[in-house]
Amino acid sequence: MSGPLLEVANLGKRFGGFVALDGIDLSVARGERVGLIGPNGSGKSTLVNCICGTLANDTGLVSFDGERIDRLDTHERTRRGIARSFQLPRPFASLTVAENLLVPMLYAGNARAGARRSATELAARGADLLQLVGLADKAGHRPRDLTQVEMRKLELARAMAAEPRLLIADESMAGLSQVEVAEIVALLIALNERGVTIILIEHVMRAVMQFSQRLIVLVSGAKIADGAPDAVIRDPQVERAYLGQ
Amino acid sequence: MRSWVFFLICVAFAAGVFGGARLVGNDYAFFAGYVVLQFIVLAQAWNILGGYTGYVNFGSAAFFALGAYTAVFFHKFHPLPIPLLMLLGGSVSGLAGLGMGYLALRLRGAFFAIATLALAVVLQTLVVNWNYVGGARGAYVIRPESVWLIGNYVQYLFLLMLALAVLAITTARGIERSRLGYGFAAIRDDELAAEACGVPTLRLKLIATTLSGAFMGMAGAPFPYYIGYVQPAAAFGLDYAVNSIAMPMIGGTTTWIGPLVGAILVASLQQWATVTISSELGLLVVGLLLVGFVVVAPGGIVGLVRKHFPAASPGPRLGRESKTADAP
Repeated sequence: MSGPLLEVANLGKRFGGFVALDGIDLSVARGERVGLIGPNGSGKSTLVNCICGTLANDTGLVSFDGERIDRLDTHERTRRGIARSFQLPRPFASLTVAENLLVPMLYAGNARAGARRSATELAARGADLLQLVGLADKAGHRPRDLTQVEMRKLELARAMAAEPRLLIADESMAGLSQVEVAEIVALLIALNERGVTIILIEHVMRAVMQFSQRLIVLVSGAKIADGAPDAVIRDPQVERAYLGQ
Repeated sequence: MRSWVFFLICVAFAAGVFGGARLVGNDYAFFAGYVVLQFIVLAQAWNILGGYTGYVNFGSAAFFALGAYTAVFFHKFHPLPIPLLMLLGGSVSGLAGLGMGYLALRLRGAFFAIATLALAVVLQTLVVNWNYVGGARGAYVIRPESVWLIGNYVQYLFLLMLALAVLAITTARGIERSRLGYGFAAIRDDELAAEACGVPTLRLKLIATTLSGAFMGMAGAPFPYYIGYVQPAAAFGLDYAVNSIAMPMIGGTTTWIGPLVGAILVASLQQWATVTISSELGLLVVGLLLVGFVVVAPGGIVGLVRKHFPAASPGPRLGRESKTADAP
């Protein structure tokens, strides 16, 4: 199917009197790598939550692959091909690393593939993903045994286990060292090369610039810039938002 | 081990237990054994919702009593065989579980627990004011002296509860090792993340409340025939609610073995205390054990064993269990 993979039109969300999102329009093409930036409180996470279904939008619509999805539950959106990683890792603590991947494979991956897979196939797919993110030797461990960067990788691997067409990585690099940030960026690019469209929400500008083919900037719930990264960061409006007048 | 092999082993073991009890030839063994088996069912039923999905139900007594009063109702309206009454009691309690799920499953933690407690109070009030099933004064259910093929009626009730315990254990173990079990575990650990992984959390929680309620109702249906006289204070008794929670917590909540071990240990202790010291001592025993385990071993007996013998921890369940990942 042609046309954008994700389309958000006039999206609005209020929390009481606070306007978190004010008529956001954006679209993401298939296979694209998009960076989404903005100061704290600009509405990035609210936008992600509205796209993924964790929050219901008040106005506007969200379409995925030509289908309107903004009234669907979160799990239905995941099954259609939208997966996310969380800003603070939220692993399933009682399950092993391999079993953490099994949950989305069983509930979203099978639904996406339209077939039940054998336990052997699931195990092989899980092993492949763990190999990709560098956690192959941790498969039998509990999440509590993982380091911070390993936890972030588990988040990404679990999101990938849902076989998404769109992956939204919400601050996957917060609190990581430069070397670890470089690892995660390389990982995200590798995932994108597997055909996954990725939206990266991040404060680490070096990583955003390295990763993104296009940059979107939110400020106070409104989109103020959308374009090539080099052009966007020189935009006077963006400079004002980040550095003040 | 495949589920049907496990089921056959349970059936063989149950046959051994029944045969052994008949060899002992003491009626009290059947009386006391019935209570232990009843608590095995209640503990497994509670654990399906409370242990597997993490939703603590304080209203177990209500589901148990619904099963019991379904039996009382049909005993007066049109007497039916007890296995059929168990199915009817299970259906009524299962539907009540489904209804409670729709009403209360958007609540979490203490709020959900309070809602289940409130359900028990509401249902008890309804039964107290329902004259047809005896109201506050209670109802007598005269059981036959004997039953065809088995003889003694208490032995028949024991056998039925034994069969139900086998069914409850096999179901709990089957859930634990299935796609459904992974969904439940994901809900217990992090509901938001579970939903983001494609788990239909509300549907799975409704399955859990329905199954849990149904087993409790099935356990309650033979109760009027066992006790002979049922009144609201007995059927909705605090000991059912407390025991249903305490037994899985003492045994360990994340696996079917925990509620089984906890129920056998605590119910046997209670029976022993009832006979040797005082019938009032039963709940005290449970309370002390519960406090002790919460402080010393929050993972219960199973958790303790796994801590000291890591080799006893199971590996990936689905991969060992079945060749295909079946949908619930």
